[in-house]
Amino acid sequence: MKHILKIIALFVAVSAIWVSLLETSLIPHSLTWLLPIYFVVALGCYGLLMVGIGLMRFPTCPQEAILLQKDISEAREFLKQQGIHVDPE
Amino acid sequence: MEKNKNKYSLIIPTYNERLNIALIVYLVFKHLRDVEFEIIVVDDGSPDGTQDVVKQLQQVYGEDRILLRARPRKLGLGTAYSHGLKHASGEFVIIMDADLSHHPKYLPSFIKKQMETGASIVTGTRYVKGGGVHGWTLMRKLTSRGANVLAQTLLWPGVSDLTGSFRLYRRSVLEDVISSCVSKGYVFQMEMIVRASRKGYHIEEVPITFVDRVYGISKLGGSEIVEYLKGLVYLLLTT
Repeated sequence: MKHILKIIALFVAVSAIWVSLLETSLIPHSLTWLLPIYFVVALGCYGLLMVGIGLMRFPTCPQEAILLQKDISEAREFLKQQGIHVDPE
Repeated sequence: MEKNKNKYSLIIPTYNERLNIALIVYLVFKHLRDVEFEIIVVDDGSPDGTQDVVKQLQQVYGEDRILLRARPRKLGLGTAYSHGLKHASGEFVIIMDADLSHHPKYLPSFIKKQMETGASIVTGTRYVKGGGVHGWTLMRKLTSRGANVLAQTLLWPGVSDLTGSFRLYRRSVLEDVISSCVSKGYVFQMEMIVRASRKGYHIEEVPITFVDRVYGISKLGGSEIVEYLKGLVYLLLTT
């Protein structure tokens, strides 16, 4: 099944629940009408929160840059021994 | 590591990577001992003499270990992999970038992970413990996180790093997935992994670090963001 269909199916299911809530008056109507807005706001908050957490915990590796420089000098040394010229002519 | 009889083909597309290709070949040979492998360099007609350097490396390491499979001009990343794949003799194929943002020291962990789990694809991820990036501005990190949250929410891909391109594939799986991909650039990498995930292939992840050596140049400008969003919609509709 195409992924968009899965999302649409999910959306339809949630809408069906919402409509049935409206019909049955299980919770006050005024509240039910606000639910979609709450849903959108919650989704937005979730997105912002995930980006925020991701940014705060963004893994960085400054030590890797130093290790890489070492590896590069080691490789350059070897290439020089082999007589391979790698620098632009 | 237990006895490993598999052969691995490393496909490295290059364009003006005269220095980097030599460094990477040295590091691959340094870190991949006791493993049968070949390096396939797909060079898109670099004017800087990348191919001459590769030929010299062939003299050092052997023409059966380093294969130069050049193309006349710049023809794109996706087709570079298919091109390299045609010449690959290994049961597994590893694709990596030539600019050293993918360090060959992680190759053993890809191979080990595959052997332990029997996975069809092992993909490198920057966003877990043990992984990471270096040299990114706050803006670049923000864009990357935003793009990732969007993709995770909309596509449910089952992998944490969609646009990374340091990956090991079972050869037949790469052939299958690559033939159904049409995107370009790094959307291509995302399409590959999403399609593979939808096809039900077993995908595992290993942490990698990513050192960006091209400081000051943001690869994620406005047009890239638009391309990314288009790619996202395309994948939503077709996978």
